[in-house]
Amino acid sequence: MQNSSYMALLLVIALVIASVIAGIKKRKYPERDYEELILRTKSWWWMIGLVLAALYMGQKTATVFFAFVSFLALKEFYSISQLRTVDRRVVSWAYLAIPVQYYFAYIQWYGMFIIFIPVYMFLFLPMRSTLIGETKGYIKSNATIQWSLMLAVFTLSHIAYLINLDLFNERFDFIGLVLFLLFITQSNDVSQYVFGKLFGKHKIIPKVSPNKTWEGFLGGLAMTTLLATLLAPFLTIMTWQQGFLAGLLMACVGFIGDVVLSSVKRDIGIKDTGSLIPGHGGILDRMDSLMYTAPIFFHYFYYITKDFIA
Amino acid sequence: MNSIKQKLISIKWAKILFFMVVVKPVVLIALGLNLVNRKGLPKEGPAILAANHTSHLDTLVLMSLYPLSQLHRVRPVAAADYFMKNKWIAWFSTHCLDIIPIARDGKVARDELFKGCYEALENQQVVVFFPEGTRSLTEEREFKLKRGIHHLVQRYPDTKVIPIILHGLGKALPKGEALLVPFNCDVIVGEEVAHGDDVNEYLASLTAQYENLLTQRITR
Repeated sequence: MQNSSYMALLLVIALVIASVIAGIKKRKYPERDYEELILRTKSWWWMIGLVLAALYMGQKTATVFFAFVSFLALKEFYSISQLRTVDRRVVSWAYLAIPVQYYFAYIQWYGMFIIFIPVYMFLFLPMRSTLIGETKGYIKSNATIQWSLMLAVFTLSHIAYLINLDLFNERFDFIGLVLFLLFITQSNDVSQYVFGKLFGKHKIIPKVSPNKTWEGFLGGLAMTTLLATLLAPFLTIMTWQQGFLAGLLMACVGFIGDVVLSSVKRDIGIKDTGSLIPGHGGILDRMDSLMYTAPIFFHYFYYITKDFIA
Repeated sequence: MNSIKQKLISIKWAKILFFMVVVKPVVLIALGLNLVNRKGLPKEGPAILAANHTSHLDTLVLMSLYPLSQLHRVRPVAAADYFMKNKWIAWFSTHCLDIIPIARDGKVARDELFKGCYEALENQQVVVFFPEGTRSLTEEREFKLKRGIHHLVQRYPDTKVIPIILHGLGKALPKGEALLVPFNCDVIVGEEVAHGDDVNEYLASLTAQYENLLTQRITR
């Protein structure tokens, strides 16, 4: 059995425990409203179940799965953005970038994978917009379309590149690597939240996110680094020292991803970006930190393992 | 035996198939709904789903909120000049959408005009109705409601009128466009509108509900 399978098993056990706790709470305090908690737990079953199913169906399926996640995220982004009616033509081209970008990840054409959206789509989309000819609100619309494409597609597609990397052996498969990235990112979210709730006092950026405190951030950072140090040698070809640094990096950029999306929501004046995941909100609400951790972790990992790849 | 056979014939298979194979997948995957207050949808008629209208998708989205087994009860009101234009479209409108055609040209008397609606409400059906009468452009956010809805409620006071705001479909498929571009849309179901004899007051309270529901939207 590969180590990643133990990790998958562990996640399922954690889900069972969470469900049992939710059930006990509901039974013990029937007068309190636990609908939100139960919805949340149910959604975690769905999310973890779907990710594990996709990963275990192989690299191809997992790539298609994350391409679809990118599509949902991009769609959500465009839905909450104040775009003009004429922008829909440009948006439809932006959607078409998803299969192309994930195809480059699948065939591991690193050069195209890394420049396709930041160079080719970057140059192409304004051209399409110009051909439509509506100049009122042109800058804002084009900036929004480009930025969403970078956040929802370019960053997340790094997961697909990791999935298809060809440097795995019998002990370490791509599933372990992806689970490491996803688990560390999500547990960072959770531990920052928990430490913030318990000890939070000094606010970091009250104007954007009043719940974010230094105590929460640092507590999450410690917890994430610890987890990453322990899990890296177990799930990936990284040593514990490399895992330690990966944990530090991901805790910091995960936090940034979280507050960047908070700024977006605050600008628009909404609490959630959608209602796709009951109890959590939209898909962007769940993926916000991953949009930052995925590319940063990828480039870190790519750098330290480049001898294997070459 | 005969009654079973008759029952099987009376089921609108084309409608169920169309919604199962085309509409539901498109609404769930290509569009994606932010549905608020699903419980507010009437399960049985006589009821009117009174929604704002910006896109051809409005009807399909509202109907798709109902499970396939309930779909036979849900009937959209649609313009005869458009949905009965030629025999192909008419076949589709009758069998796949099961519309209540309504002549917009203003040549017929009111009772004649609403005959289909009368029948549907008498048969305890849920009528999808657009009080604005036609699709408005997305940017326009002024609700110009027509009197027809009040007339129906006056005649059938048991009818539950549920105001619904649809938002975002005007981006996915606006008036005058043929290309569907994926966007999420909000479906915000309101509370039943209280019945009143005065038509202007009635329309004003409906408009007020619309404006209130519109503030709950996520999409822009």
